This record gives sequence, C-alpha cells and structure tokens, in this order.
Amino acid sequence: MFVYEKKLLYPVKVSSCNPKLAKYLIEQYGGADGELAAALRYMNQRYTIPDKVIGLLTDIAMEEFSHLEMIATMVFKLTKDATPDQIRDAGLEPHYVNHGSALYYENAGGIPFNASYIAGKGDPIADLYEDIAAEEKARATYQYIIDLSDDPDLNDGLKFLREREIVHGQRFREAVEMLKENYSERKVF
Amino acid sequence: MSEHRKSWKPYAGKNDPCPPLKEKTYETPPNLYLGVQEPGLEQYKPADALKKGTLWPALFGPYESPFAPSTRANKKED
Ligand SMILES: [Fe+2]
Repeated sequence: MFVYEKKLLYPVKVSSCNPKLAKYLIEQYGGADGELAAALRYMNQRYTIPDKVIGLLTDIAMEEFSHLEMIATMVFKLTKDATPDQIRDAGLEPHYVNHGSALYYENAGGIPFNASYIAGKGDPIADLYEDIAAEEKARATYQYIIDLSDDPDLNDGLKFLREREIVHGQRFREAVEMLKENYSERKVF
Repeated sequence: MSEHRKSWKPYAGKNDPCPPLKEKTYETPPNLYLGVQEPGLEQYKPADALKKGTLWPALFGPYESPFAPSTRANKKED
C-alpha cells in the first residue's frame, strides 16, 4: 500500500524556460539508469532478497518514486509554456510530434523505456552489485546533466538528487556486508 | 581539487582534432571509503541535512562541474 503525501521530497525550482534542459533530464525519467528504472528494479528485487535487506530495498524504491516525481516536475516546468519555435530550437520536435507537451518515459535520445534496463537475477549478491552499479551510473548521469546545465536553481535540485545516489550506494554496500554476515545491525538513513 | 575528485593526464597525440584536455577527472564519492557506517557519527542539523541530501557529513560528496569557469580557474593553481 502506498500513502501519498501531496508535496515534493525536495523543492523544485527552475530559473528559466529552457526546453533543452528537459531533453537532457528525460534521461533520468525514462532512461536505463533513471529514477523509474531504479524504483522498479528495487521494488521487484525485494521479493526474493534475504529478509534482512527487504526493508532497505523497499525504502529506497519508495524514495526513487519521489525522485521520479521531482524529475517530472522539472521537465514539466521547463516545457509547459514552450512555443513550437522553442521546441524546435531545443530539438524536441520528434517528441512534440509524437506526444505534444505530454511527458513520456523515454531517454534523452527518445528511446522508450524498456524493462530490460532492470536486472532481477535472484542471486542476492548479483542483485546488490547491480544496484550499487545502478546508483553510481545515476550519479554519473546527474553529473553530466549538471555539466550541461546553466540553471542554478535546477542544479540545486539535481545536486540533492545526486547526493541521494551516493547515500543509496552506501546503503547497498552495507547490505552486501550484512549478507556476508560481517554485520547485522539496522541502519538509519 | 576536491578530495572527491581524482585526475589523470591522458595521452594526447599531436594530430588530435580537438584541442586536448591535458587533465581529465572523475569523481570518487565518500561511499567508496566509508565502509559499514559506525554508529554515533556526527550529524548535520535537520534543515542542513534536508538541503544537502544527507544527515551525515561523512557521506556528503558535493559536485561542481569540472568544466565550470570557477572550477577550471582553481585547477590552474594546483
Ligand atoms: Fe537512488
């Protein structure tokens, strides 16, 4: 069961109408290492992972959905009043022709979301190493978007999201240690 | 350069079409070093923690683009 709280995890502010940034950000919406992939990956793996770490995967999956909501808000704000000229300048015409101003689960290259982005091997160590890699890849993607973005307010939100990937990477690394039975205490994050 | 950023000097050929970047960088966030987090570590105040994205200074790994003008200027000094 989900309990929905009608506010964002972290405030999303955008300084200027810039649909080009939306084109980059959509990578974190429907890309291989994006927030949707992250949420679905952990929420799916949680069923077959040893019970010591089920809670961790569920908690992080829930948080990823709240990140997805932040990305959606960013993309929406960056594009909502864009004119066809601005859409053209941003190179978003293919998206516009297909989806109008709707958001869509696709990557920055326009490729639709695909379940093969998500691994579920059923081997606890393999799955957790996958998750650690996924967090580092999401961190790298945020860095690349920050490198390309000149919007300080947007970058503030992106830096928050990037830091969360670091924390998640830490917790998955600790989960591996728990399964190695080097450690068995619950952690606060 | 921040402690979370490492660099190396890649080979540059004399006929490379783009002006070579003499030094390239990559990030090494604190989760690579912390190990299993010890209880009782120092914490940020709640408002700061919400802003930074972590409660723990030991896990905070800030990022500025290595291509940002301020960052590049700093780079020349090392
Ligand atoms: Fe994450």
